[in-house]
Amino acid sequence: MRRVSKLAAAVGTAAALALSATACGSTSTESSSSDSSDSAKKGKGIALAYDVGGRGDQSFNDAAYNGFEKAKKDFGIGGEDVEPSDGESDADKVQRLTDLARQGYNPVIGVGFAYAKPIEEVAEKFPKTTFGLIDDDTVKADNVANLVFSEEQGSYLAGVAAAKATKSKVVGFVGGVEVPLIKKFEAGFVQGVKDTDKSIQVKTQYLTQPPNMDGFSKPDLGKEAARGQLDADADVIYHAAGLAGQGVIEAVAAKDKWVIGVDSDQYEQKTLAKYKDSILTSMTKDVSGAVYNLVKSVQDGEPMSGESRFDLESGGVGLADSNPAFTEMTELQEAVKKAKEGIISGEIKVGTES
Amino acid sequence: MKKFDKDRLILAVGGPALAIVVAVLLTSVVLVASGLNPVQPYVLMVEYAMHADIQVLILNQAATYYLAALAVAVGFRMNLFNIGVDGQYRLAAMAAALVGASVTLPGPLHIALILVVAMLVGGFWAGIAGILKTTRGVSEVVSTIMLNSIATSIIAYLVLPAQFGEQRGNNLTTGLIPESGWFPGIDLGEAGEIYGFTAVAALCGLLYWLVLNRTRFGFDLRATGASSSAASASGVDARRMVLTSMLISGAVAGLAGMPVLLGDAHTYSLDFPAGVGFTGITIALLGRNHPLGIALGALLIAFLDKASPTLDYNGYEKEIATIMQGLIVMAVVISYESVRRYGLRRQQQKVGEELAAEAAAAGEGDGTGPKNRKEVSA
Repeated sequence: MRRVSKLAAAVGTAAALALSATACGSTSTESSSSDSSDSAKKGKGIALAYDVGGRGDQSFNDAAYNGFEKAKKDFGIGGEDVEPSDGESDADKVQRLTDLARQGYNPVIGVGFAYAKPIEEVAEKFPKTTFGLIDDDTVKADNVANLVFSEEQGSYLAGVAAAKATKSKVVGFVGGVEVPLIKKFEAGFVQGVKDTDKSIQVKTQYLTQPPNMDGFSKPDLGKEAARGQLDADADVIYHAAGLAGQGVIEAVAAKDKWVIGVDSDQYEQKTLAKYKDSILTSMTKDVSGAVYNLVKSVQDGEPMSGESRFDLESGGVGLADSNPAFTEMTELQEAVKKAKEGIISGEIKVGTES
Repeated sequence: MKKFDKDRLILAVGGPALAIVVAVLLTSVVLVASGLNPVQPYVLMVEYAMHADIQVLILNQAATYYLAALAVAVGFRMNLFNIGVDGQYRLAAMAAALVGASVTLPGPLHIALILVVAMLVGGFWAGIAGILKTTRGVSEVVSTIMLNSIATSIIAYLVLPAQFGEQRGNNLTTGLIPESGWFPGIDLGEAGEIYGFTAVAALCGLLYWLVLNRTRFGFDLRATGASSSAASASGVDARRMVLTSMLISGAVAGLAGMPVLLGDAHTYSLDFPAGVGFTGITIALLGRNHPLGIALGALLIAFLDKASPTLDYNGYEKEIATIMQGLIVMAVVISYESVRRYGLRRQQQKVGEELAAEAAAAGEGDGTGPKNRKEVSA
């Protein structure tokens, strides 16, 4: 008796597994398509879908959020920003983008290359919605705007600055997670240092390997790595580690050496005010401006499409000069200026791989 | 035996049911404490999950969770805590994707090859922990956790373009598996596609039940899990059992990445789902290592995962679902223990009653009844 009932139950589960999905006919897209058609015309506002890390990373995602907030205020429109969940697959991202697009948000922006494939799929279904895709240029469609940055160019300038500021002839690079994107920062930085002075040693360290994204979020990891490099005599450290970079800045400030910030002007960041005298400069990556421009283009009725590259020439990347100590170093400033001109004129080619 | 069946059922269902009720109540407390409506989030989630496309997502996710939880459950039955399912499935998926992308074979063969590679790699990775335990007595909890980190590093190394990877934009992939290596799914049009591998996952559950309950090997495994010294005394080689069950656990873990790999992604890239192995532990606990229980647990967790995004659009935080998952884990541990104690008490009571009845019957026979009865009740 027991044997039969247990077996039957097991088979029953299998059947239930197979059938449960067909039980309901409507999809979430169909059921609310009626109310979306109206609002789609006017636009409900901006939708921002984050990648792992999400809002509050003091870096890349936050920069996107700042642009989103600014655009919301300036254009008087609404918006929704959505975070991913752990361990999700492309199917979840597709669902998220579909949800946002059908609710009438325009543009819908995917922050990070992980959205490439999902956007390719969803953009096809919503031809009237503009999709912004940050950090990826592989997906091409009329209604997809690829917002990509030349991080290596800005990092090259950071390298030049570091080479000119170092006294010990040892500089350091701390990368958050070892992914191709962060390698671009490293490649540009190392090239900048070496082009300025071949004899300078560059210490490179990454905090974690993907899919472990702690390297972007845990300051203690950054602190540890920076201490190691300081012990090895480094006196200028460039970090590209998001929130974890705060640990780098803290460690460097404690030793009274130089640190170069990333993404936004970290000299001006309130949370880092205590350490600002050690922040030589920051390699700015204007994600906020990119998001803002995209929203503006949609509001103006001429949505951006295809690849928009934010480089040194357009001011999409660059070095911040809010620290007076930095602007007073005349020799350094000259070298940076020369390098910048060289890159813009095409005389200096900066590689993206080390 | 049959007389106890009703009790057994109550005990089996009581634990998880109690856990879920407690988790829901505690989540509501959290909601009230944050000044939110304590009921509406559940209504919203259930409504959202009524849509066919969300159900497809839930089902597909459940397939992945199910396999991961089965892998954990195999270990649990043997008293082995395989925390390394996470590393095992990722390494297996990466290796399988690499092999799958580099060959072209007729459909079924191609898929079979990918699956074999995945199971071998998963088994191999878990086997390391098994060998360490049997030869050196290293706790599998420690070794599997460490192997997770090592797997992460190995994967990160192997997917570099300098080794086997391909760079696509800012992503790294292992190259696309040719279409012959895609597992056909059930296309539901607008609602999406159910991974064909979901059926394989269900089959694995059936197989798990058959092997554990209807084979000598399964008996040995459960016996060793219950008491390895007793099992040894009856002629079971406990060390071999440890190694074998680790290998099986790893092989099943290797399959956990397959629904996504064969049904959707067709490549291993930097954004391949991670952390599934840990969710598997929750689900195996929740499902009490029973294939049916695990299936329900997998569906429940998948439901929380996939239905929670709607909360974000309705003024709630979707992290409510995460809180609930955490509370379920805690509630499961507590409620199982209390249900177990209740069961124990009940059993003692029953035995006591039976003994008393027997004694009473005997007492009436020889006329010393009252005296005897006193002794029993004392």
